[in-house]
Amino acid sequence: MPKVKVPRKSTSVDMTAMTDVAFLLLTFFMLATKFKPDEPVVVDTPSSISEIKLPESGIMQITIDKQGRVFFGITEQTTRETVLQRMAEKYNMKFSAEEIKEFSLQSTIGLPLSQLSSYLKMDAEARKAIQTAGVPTDSLNNELGDWIWQARLANNDIRVAIKGDRDANMPTVKRVIAILQEKKVNRFNFITSMEKAGE
Amino acid sequence: MAEIEAGGGGGKHKGGKKRGKKMSTRVDFTPMVDLGFLLITFFMLTTSMNKPQTMEINMPVKDEKVEDASKVKASQAVTVLLAKDDKIVYYFIDPVTGEPQTPQITNFSAGGIRATLLKENKQRNPRLDSIPIYKDMLNKGSINEDQYKSYLSGIRGYKEALIVVIKASDKSRYNNLVDILDEMMICNIGRYAVVDITAPEVEMLKTVNLE
Repeated sequence: MPKVKVPRKSTSVDMTAMTDVAFLLLTFFMLATKFKPDEPVVVDTPSSISEIKLPESGIMQITIDKQGRVFFGITEQTTRETVLQRMAEKYNMKFSAEEIKEFSLQSTIGLPLSQLSSYLKMDAEARKAIQTAGVPTDSLNNELGDWIWQARLANNDIRVAIKGDRDANMPTVKRVIAILQEKKVNRFNFITSMEKAGE
Repeated sequence: MAEIEAGGGGGKHKGGKKRGKKMSTRVDFTPMVDLGFLLITFFMLTTSMNKPQTMEINMPVKDEKVEDASKVKASQAVTVLLAKDDKIVYYFIDPVTGEPQTPQITNFSAGGIRATLLKENKQRNPRLDSIPIYKDMLNKGSINEDQYKSYLSGIRGYKEALIVVIKASDKSRYNNLVDILDEMMICNIGRYAVVDITAPEVEMLKTVNLE
């Protein structure tokens, strides 16, 4: 019986096609996604059947976490700068140019204005380590109300979105809504996540 | 794996003319693929794809004396109190005496508040039956999305339909508020309001041990 000669084939594969696929996917991900903003708190939002998408810009976001701390954030950097300057004027405080610059890079802040200066001097690691107190909301020291008001003055078309944790207690939520209403914001959004099937 | 083939060159040189080695043009792409997938992994982990969803809510305008507010029939409204431990207490107003009826305790399950709201709303709003018809028309393409939405809001805003007054007690949590607003959408209730809880209602919750 004659031996069948199997021709020896090279084991190397042409990688070009694979490269194409890899870079195609890479391009897709770079274009279709955006970076997660670094948020000082993790908030587990309630789910809803609503399918309205939140616009990416022109948003003032008020975050309420489990412990009832309130955080405040604006999407645009320029608006952040303006708002901080006006807040400083109102509270007779001075912020240096670097501090304002640093503030404009923060997506969310959650501490009284008096502590803001020292907070902005810290580096990112130290900021993560400390537990901030949240923006004061009580009627004597209603800084949240001022933030909201100044943000509205800076950008008249700004929309308000409330991102609350599932377990956020109702008095805090009610207080935030009451402040919004004081500042004549009667239309706002609740940020929710997609309803899980079978829930 | 990495090979840069250097074949075909060499050979005999007759006239002493030096020829450059013919190099293969094939390049090994393996490291490039590695890099590509590394970057993909990085982008997949650090970015977020889906935009957050929202539900819109309109609050009634405060500190304004609304004298000529359109009177709603007492029998048309149901008051929903959000109590602690994810419980709901709701009551209707008796159309004859004008007094609150006995409060009922329920929860957020499908057979709970949703069943009640659907039933009560159906009794009052006969036009709800046409929603599936419009939905069917939308799926078939005979009406567009905007038309469907305007029909839907027309049906939801029907004058005689159920009106829900939502009052959250201090012991409830934020999830309950979002859930009940969700139920409004599911049950096609166009008219609802989130209002502060009153002292008698807190008392009412205390009597059923949910405060």
